[in-house]
Amino acid sequence: MTLKMYLKYPFSLFLRTVVVLATAVTCFTLLFLIGYILIKGIPYLSLDLFSWTYNSENVSFMPSIVNTIIMVIGALLISVPFGIFSAIYLVEYAKRGNKMVGVIRITAETLAGIPSIVYGLFGMLFFVTTLKMGYSLLAGIFTVAIMILPLMMRTTEEALKSVPDIFREGSFGLGAGKLRTVFRIVLPTAIPGILAGIILSIGRIVGETAALIYTAGTVAELPKNLLSSGRTLSVHMYALSKEGLHTDQAYATAVMLLGIVLLINMLSTMMAKKIEKKS
Amino acid sequence: MEGVFLGAALFSIFAVILICVFLFAGGLPAIGKIGVFSFLFGTEWSPTDEPASFGIFPMILGSLYVTAGAILIGVSIGVLTAVFMASFCPPRLHKILKPAIDILAGIPSVVYGFFGLVVLVPFVRVYLGGSGSGILTASVLLGIMILPTIIGVAESALRAVPSSYYEGALALGATHERSIFFVVLPAATSGVMAGVVLGIGRAIGETMAVILVAGNQARIPNGILNGARTLTSNIVLEMGYAADLHREALIGTGVVLFVFILIINLSFSYMKRVKR
Amino acid sequence: MTAKINIKNVNLFYTQFQALKKVNLDIEKNEITAFIGPSGCGKSTLLKSLNRMNDLIEGCRIEGEILLDGQNIYGKIDVNALRKRVGMVFQKPNPFPMSIYENVAYGPKTHGIRSKVKLDEIVETSLKNAAIWDELKDRLKKNALSLSGGQQQRLCVARALAVEPEVLLMDEPTSALDPISTAKIEDLVLELKKKYTIVIVTHNMQQATRISDKTAFFLLGEMIEFNETETLFSIPKDKRTEDYITGRFG
Ligand SMILES: Nc1ncnc2c1ncn2[C@@H]1O[C@H](COP(=O)(O)OP(=O)(O)OP(=O)(O)O)[C@@H](O)[C@H]1O
Ligand SMILES: [Mg+2]
Repeated sequence: MTLKMYLKYPFSLFLRTVVVLATAVTCFTLLFLIGYILIKGIPYLSLDLFSWTYNSENVSFMPSIVNTIIMVIGALLISVPFGIFSAIYLVEYAKRGNKMVGVIRITAETLAGIPSIVYGLFGMLFFVTTLKMGYSLLAGIFTVAIMILPLMMRTTEEALKSVPDIFREGSFGLGAGKLRTVFRIVLPTAIPGILAGIILSIGRIVGETAALIYTAGTVAELPKNLLSSGRTLSVHMYALSKEGLHTDQAYATAVMLLGIVLLINMLSTMMAKKIEKKS
Repeated sequence: MEGVFLGAALFSIFAVILICVFLFAGGLPAIGKIGVFSFLFGTEWSPTDEPASFGIFPMILGSLYVTAGAILIGVSIGVLTAVFMASFCPPRLHKILKPAIDILAGIPSVVYGFFGLVVLVPFVRVYLGGSGSGILTASVLLGIMILPTIIGVAESALRAVPSSYYEGALALGATHERSIFFVVLPAATSGVMAGVVLGIGRAIGETMAVILVAGNQARIPNGILNGARTLTSNIVLEMGYAADLHREALIGTGVVLFVFILIINLSFSYMKRVKR
Repeated sequence: MTAKINIKNVNLFYTQFQALKKVNLDIEKNEITAFIGPSGCGKSTLLKSLNRMNDLIEGCRIEGEILLDGQNIYGKIDVNALRKRVGMVFQKPNPFPMSIYENVAYGPKTHGIRSKVKLDEIVETSLKNAAIWDELKDRLKKNALSLSGGQQQRLCVARALAVEPEVLLMDEPTSALDPISTAKIEDLVLELKKKYTIVIVTHNMQQATRISDKTAFFLLGEMIEFNETETLFSIPKDKRTEDYITGRFG
């Protein structure tokens, strides 16, 4: 409709304006947030920040980056197999109307809704205290692994479901058993979807703070082993913001985190395109 | 091998049970010692005083106020944005908007918190007065954070409405806008509400962003420009040095939060089921 | 008892619904047997019960006996070994999303063949037997999904042949193809019958007359008539068969 026609329907014009305004606010917020942090933060990305040892002079975030990588790899090592295996059970093995499936779905949904701080409390009570791991990367890894499990389960389940049955039939028709069909035909076909889930999980781990403060702890140095305490980049960022002493470095850390988020989003968009092309 | 798969699938049940057991075992005794009523409705939280008092009512209110504010902002802007995305947006623009909103969803809470700290807090301080940290600031920040959740769920709810509804309205001579707002949107209500509930869950559970901008005073909040402390912040702020009953009371705070979340989750699942 | 497959008094149920009613049929070795009949009459159902693909469907129950070389396939047998002996080509070409070579090699690998030399050889013979070697020999490493529909279907035939089956089941293998690809598949089937026993479901009666030796006509889960193809189409015994082949219904 042209503006002139809209004048005949002022209320409709109003509705349209409101909708456009709301979207503009959303977009402006996103652009402003990213732009502000990048513009203010990039100049602070000094070489000091990348030094391997942390001290209160250089406030290096390099150890935190190392801890983050360890955290991501560790948690994925646990929750990817668990997530994939549960999804295989739910999609390929469970019979329709199986009561177990309903229970598993509800618990996975419950897990997905639990806030990070509750995971943090649980990790502190169970891994840190009861299992005597102390504030350690390991305790953090276990906590975060449980936290991302429902995400892995759901994305893998969807990926498996999207594999057309004709592939399964083709494989069975050649005399292949269930296991071979699942591992040789179904899983490879579902890989882009599973990867998309892994990428999302990485994003969640990198951005996690509340679940880690009282499990992995806040030591800012390079870890000696998995039982050392170590802060991830997000925890580092929180510590800097809370202290309010190193605002410049906090800006720089925010830039790093945003960079990772943008990279992850790019990857997952690419994955999504790949999935779309396949189907 | 099927056993292995089943075992993996049962692990999530095991995890939920484990979480419940440890949380309740860690928190309920303290709630018992303090007294359910004085814990939940006590208005004073002074864990290091002699004698100490452990009333978390201020934090319950803090969480409720901040969440309500966030919902007010997040839902109004979010649903309208979803309407735009579902019914007004040219496909080419949609291809840009959708990933942009995914980015919004992927930004870590602490980055939001930091942004709130360096942008929103000074802004509120200068233009509205007070310290700048408080319920309003936290609500705005949380409102932004739950936008992607609400937009995502609401948009798919809107798209799920059969096009015959829209066409029917058009055929009666309603404009595009009227058809969308008075026929399609009402038909998508249950889906949109599910998004709102999900948003509430996210807002009430959010910790790091709120800590940085809400002021964190452990007293009954008075006025939206003044500070408040949420249940989540209470745990993070004091767990570092708490001991004995104080520590247990913090875990008890976690239990209360957990129960809130369970109720919200259950109503979310219930809504999803009703929709089907 | 010389027949390759004896179908004896087979009833088949999808939960409550009875899809096959007292079907009796003998399928001879090195012949092409065609199943015809209107949509929903149970042709695919019967075909799938010949290599127990029905096992995959929840709530599917079968009564009666199906003998392969005199042995009841619904008795205590290894289903995977049965499906190796009784191969299947589906209505919609369904090559796996991997390379052409891997598609053909998948079956032999499943049954334990690991040697690269042996696999190369099987891939080549199978593709040759499926009359598609010349078209594909230079791009064995390419993704099978990049082939045309007709090529995909012949690849699926090659894939089925690679496990050296004795019987080949084909469910409307040409319904998704153009006339030229269809002709190629038909020539192929005629060629294959020298070595294999073939059962083919088709909606195309010309196709049945062109390629099959025997034809069975089904209606609402019952086998109405079974005879030499020529006889069945020229002098049908049953009124319903006549109505169907003259196009009065279906
Ligand atoms: N998985 C299933 N569950 C329930 N009923 C089924 C199932 N598969 C087929 N049927 C029913 O069994 C009957 C026979 O189906 P079948 O697929 O064998 O028919 P057909 O002769 O192959 O038909 P078409 O020519 O359309 O392929 C149909 O009425 C169909 O609805
Ligand atoms: Mg059929």
